[in-house]
Amino acid sequence: MLSYIIRRILYAIPIIIGVNVLTALLFFYVNKPDDMARKILGEKNVTPAAIENWKRDHGYNLPSFVNTEEEGVKKLTETIFFQKSVPLLWFDFGRSDRNNIDIGEEIKTRMWPSLAISLPMFAAGLVISLFLAMMLAYYRATYIDIWGVVLAVVLMSVSTLFYIIGGQYILGKLLRLFPISGYDTGLHAAKFLVLPVIIGIIASIGVGVRFYRTVFLEEINKDHIRTARAKGLTEGMVLFKHALKNAMIPVLTNVVVSIPFLFYGSLIMETFFAIPGLGNFTIDAIQSQDFAIVRSMVYLGSILYIIGLILTDISYTLVDPRVRFE
Amino acid sequence: MARAVYELRVKRGVMYQEHPAFARDAAGKPLYSGLDEKGLLGVSGPEDFKVKGTRELTADDFIYQIMRLADPQVESPVLSILEKYILGLKEYSDALRVDLEEIRAKRRAAAGLAYNQAVDEEQNPIILDFWKHPLPGVEKVDSHTFRIILKTKYPQFVYWLAMPFFSPMPREAAEFYKQGALAQRNITIDRFPVGTGPYVMATFNPNMEIALARNKNFHYEPFPEEGEAEDEKAGLLKHAGQKLPFMDRIVFKLEKEAIPRWNKFLQGYYDNSGISSDSFDQAVSMSTTGKPGLTEEMSERGMRLLTSVRPSTYYSGFNMLDDVVGGYTPEKQKLRQAISIALDYEEYIEIFNNGRGMSAMSALPPDIFGYKEGREGLNPYVYDWDEARKRPARKSIEEARRLLAEAGYPGGRDRDGRPLVITFDNPWTGADSTPMINWYIKKFALLGIQLENRTTDYNRFQEKMFRGNFQFFSWGWNADYPDPENFFFLLVGSNSKVAHQGENAANYSNPEFDRLFKVMENMDNGPERQKVIDEMMALARADAPWVWGFHPVAFSLQHGWVENVKPNPMANNTMKYIKIDAARRQARRDEWNRPNVWPVVAVIAILAISSLPAIITMRRKRGLSKKKD
Repeated sequence: MLSYIIRRILYAIPIIIGVNVLTALLFFYVNKPDDMARKILGEKNVTPAAIENWKRDHGYNLPSFVNTEEEGVKKLTETIFFQKSVPLLWFDFGRSDRNNIDIGEEIKTRMWPSLAISLPMFAAGLVISLFLAMMLAYYRATYIDIWGVVLAVVLMSVSTLFYIIGGQYILGKLLRLFPISGYDTGLHAAKFLVLPVIIGIIASIGVGVRFYRTVFLEEINKDHIRTARAKGLTEGMVLFKHALKNAMIPVLTNVVVSIPFLFYGSLIMETFFAIPGLGNFTIDAIQSQDFAIVRSMVYLGSILYIIGLILTDISYTLVDPRVRFE
Repeated sequence: MARAVYELRVKRGVMYQEHPAFARDAAGKPLYSGLDEKGLLGVSGPEDFKVKGTRELTADDFIYQIMRLADPQVESPVLSILEKYILGLKEYSDALRVDLEEIRAKRRAAAGLAYNQAVDEEQNPIILDFWKHPLPGVEKVDSHTFRIILKTKYPQFVYWLAMPFFSPMPREAAEFYKQGALAQRNITIDRFPVGTGPYVMATFNPNMEIALARNKNFHYEPFPEEGEAEDEKAGLLKHAGQKLPFMDRIVFKLEKEAIPRWNKFLQGYYDNSGISSDSFDQAVSMSTTGKPGLTEEMSERGMRLLTSVRPSTYYSGFNMLDDVVGGYTPEKQKLRQAISIALDYEEYIEIFNNGRGMSAMSALPPDIFGYKEGREGLNPYVYDWDEARKRPARKSIEEARRLLAEAGYPGGRDRDGRPLVITFDNPWTGADSTPMINWYIKKFALLGIQLENRTTDYNRFQEKMFRGNFQFFSWGWNADYPDPENFFFLLVGSNSKVAHQGENAANYSNPEFDRLFKVMENMDNGPERQKVIDEMMALARADAPWVWGFHPVAFSLQHGWVENVKPNPMANNTMKYIKIDAARRQARRDEWNRPNVWPVVAVIAILAISSLPAIITMRRKRGLSKKKD
C-alpha cells in the first residue's frame, strides 16, 4: 500500500508542474505584468517609471520562463516562473501582489469559514440524500417514488442562484427565521450558517437522491439481496445492512473525491452570504488580477484533487475486499 | 525661479492613540523590537500586546511621512506627481531607489543561487536610512513647525495636503511594523494604522468587517456651531458645541451582493444604504416636476433620502489623432458636434441611471469653481435655451444631420457614397452592458453612421488607448480635489495619452487651450480666473473632443435614527459628526424582524400527511407478503 501511495505521489509531480506552467501561461497571456502594475498602482497618474519600479519590487521584471541574459542554471532560476512557483512546493505561498498580505496566513484564516459552511452542508446533504434515496427505493413504484423522482429532477434543474435568492427572500426576509447573510467568529457564526447550509442541501439533494436511488435500485435486484429477503430479513435490514454496504463503491467515488475540496469553499454561496472563506478569496483575486493568489489557489486545488483521488483509491480497499493495491 | 513655501504649524498637545510601537523598556528602548514567532503567540493585532504607549504629535512625524513617500518599497501612487512639485523630492527618491537596489544586490550575492527576493524581504524587511540624503523641499523649523518648499507656485497643493498620504507617520510605528514576524501574521501598517484621529482600528478583517473604536486620546474637538444656510433648518446644527465623536464604535460589514445588502438595510441591520437600480422603484418616487422623493413604504419606515451631484464626469470621447473623427478643421468640428447632439444623454440618464444624473455642459461638474448654471452655462453647440421651461433644450436631430452634411457626410455617407463607420471601444464586458452599447449604436444610426462595437477587457482597452488604436470611446473621471484644474488637465496636450502616457485620453491638443490652462492653473479663484475658464470652455466646446456626457447624482438612504448626515463627496472625516439613537434602532429592529414560523410548520405537516397513504399501503403490502410466506 505504501509503495502504491509513493508511486501515486511521484506521478503527481509532473501534473503539479504542468498545472503551474499552464496557470502562468494563461495568466500572463490575458494579463501582462504591466497591466497588473497599472491596476494595483491605481488608474490615475501611473507613470511608466512607477510601473517598472513596481515590477522590479515584485519580481515581475524578469522574463517569464527563460532568461537569455543569464548564464547556466540562472537561465531558468532567474525567471518569474521559477521565483514564484518553486516556493509553492514547500507551501510557501508568498505575499499577494495587490495587498501585500501573507497568502499562507490568509488561507489558514479563511479555511475555517469555508469549512464551517461546506462541512455541514456536505455531511447533512450526504446523509439526507442517502436516506431519501433509500426511502424512494423502499417505496419504489409507488407515488412517493414517482413524485420523489420528479421532485429530484426539478430540484436539480433549478440554478443554485435561484435557491440562494429565493431562500434569502422567503426564509430570511419574509419569514424572518434566519439572518439574510453575514458571518461572525466562534460560536456566534452558527446563526449565520443555518440558512446557507439549508439552501446548500436543497440545491444538492436532487442530484444526490437521483444518483443514489439508481445505485440502490441496481443493488436491490442482485442475488445477495434476494437471498437476504429469502432469509426473512425485514426490508429495512435488507436495505440498510446489505444494500447500503454493497452500494458503497459508487457512493465513495462520489464522496471521497469531494472531501478535500471542502477547504476550497463555495464561490457563489460565500459571495451571496458574505462568508469570508476561500471561495470569496479566489473570486476577489481573479477580479483584482492578483497573480500570486490565483497561482497559490490553483496549486492548492491541484494538490487537493490529487489527494482526493488517492483517498478514493484507498477507501475502495476498505469497503470492498476484492480491490487490492496491485 | 519663484518658489512657493508652505509653513505648517502642528497643534500642540495632540496625542497618538495607545499603541505597542510607543512602548518603551526601562532603558527607553522600544519594548517590541526583534519580535519572533514565539513572542507573538496569541497575537493577531496591536491590541493583543500587553504594553502600549503614546506620545505627542510633532512636525517630525509629517516630515518622516514625506520622506517615507519616496521609499520605493511604499509604492506611493502620488510620488510621481509630488516629485514634480516638491523641491528635491525626485533626486531624493532616486537616491533611495539606488540604496535599495544596492542592498538587494548585496543580499543576492551573499545568498547565491538560492536567493528569492520576495521570500527574503518578507522575513527580513529592508529599512532604508532616510537621513542619508538631503531633501531640500522639507524643512523643520521647530518641534511643531515645518515647511514644504515647492519648485513653483501650485495653489492646488493645499488640497493635496488634505489627502491621506500626508497624514503624519510616527517613525516608531513604521519601524515597529517592519518586523518579518509581524508581516508573516499580516500585522502590517496598512491594516493597523497609527494616528491621532477620533477613531482607532479595532478589528481589521476586510473579508468580513472593519470596526473602528473611539480613540481615548482624541483631542477636544466640538461639533461646528456654524454651517450653510439650510443646515439649521435641516437640524444639522442641533448638536453644536458638543464634544466629538458621538459614536463609540463603527462597524463596516462586507456585503458584496446588492440584494442581501438592501434587504438587511430594510430590516434595520444597516444604518444607511445606496440605492441600486433594482431597488430604485421600491425606494424612490419622482414627482411630476422630476424631483425625487421617498415612496410611501420608505417614508413609513422613517427614512431620509439625501441626494448630491458627484464631482465626476462620465463622458464619451473622440481620438483627436484619428484621420476620420479627429482633427481641428471646421468640418471635423461639425462632425463631432453632430454626434454630440445625437447622443441624447438626458435619455441615457433616464434609461440607465433611473434619472440619477445631470447632463454635462463641459468637463466641469457643479460645485467646482468655474461651473455656471442656467443660460450662462449652456453649451451652445448642443443645446438651445428653452425660455418657457427655463432650462436647456437639446438641439434637434435635423440640426445634427445638417451639421453632418456640412462635415462632408450627408446622410452618414462620404462623397463616394460609402457609409461612415466609426469604431466604439469600451471595457463594458458585463451582461448589463449590451443595452447601453445598443443605445449608442441606435443614436449613431439616427445620423446614418454605423457604429462598430469593439468591447474588450479593461487591460486591452487601456492598451488600445495608450497606442491610439481607437476612434470613439467612453470613460469617466472622479475629481481628486475640487478645482477646475483637476478636470481641464484631462484636455491638455502635454498630458495626452499616446504621446505622454497621461490622462488626456482624447489626445486633444489645442495650443490656445494649453496656454490658457497654464495661466489658469496658477490663479486664485476670482473673476479673472472665471474669465480664463470661460475662454477655455468655449474652445473645448467648439472643438468637441468629448461628448460631455453627464454628472452622476448620488442617492443615499438613512434610517430615522441616524443624525447629522450631510453628503460631502470630498471629505473623508465625516464619521465623527454622525450620531445614532441606538435605543430607537433596537426597537425598530425588534418590531420589523419578528419571526414567522407557521408556514414552515404547515409545509412539513402537508408533506407528512401526503406521505401517509403510501406508508400505510406499503405496510399492508409487506404484511400481506409476510402472511403469504
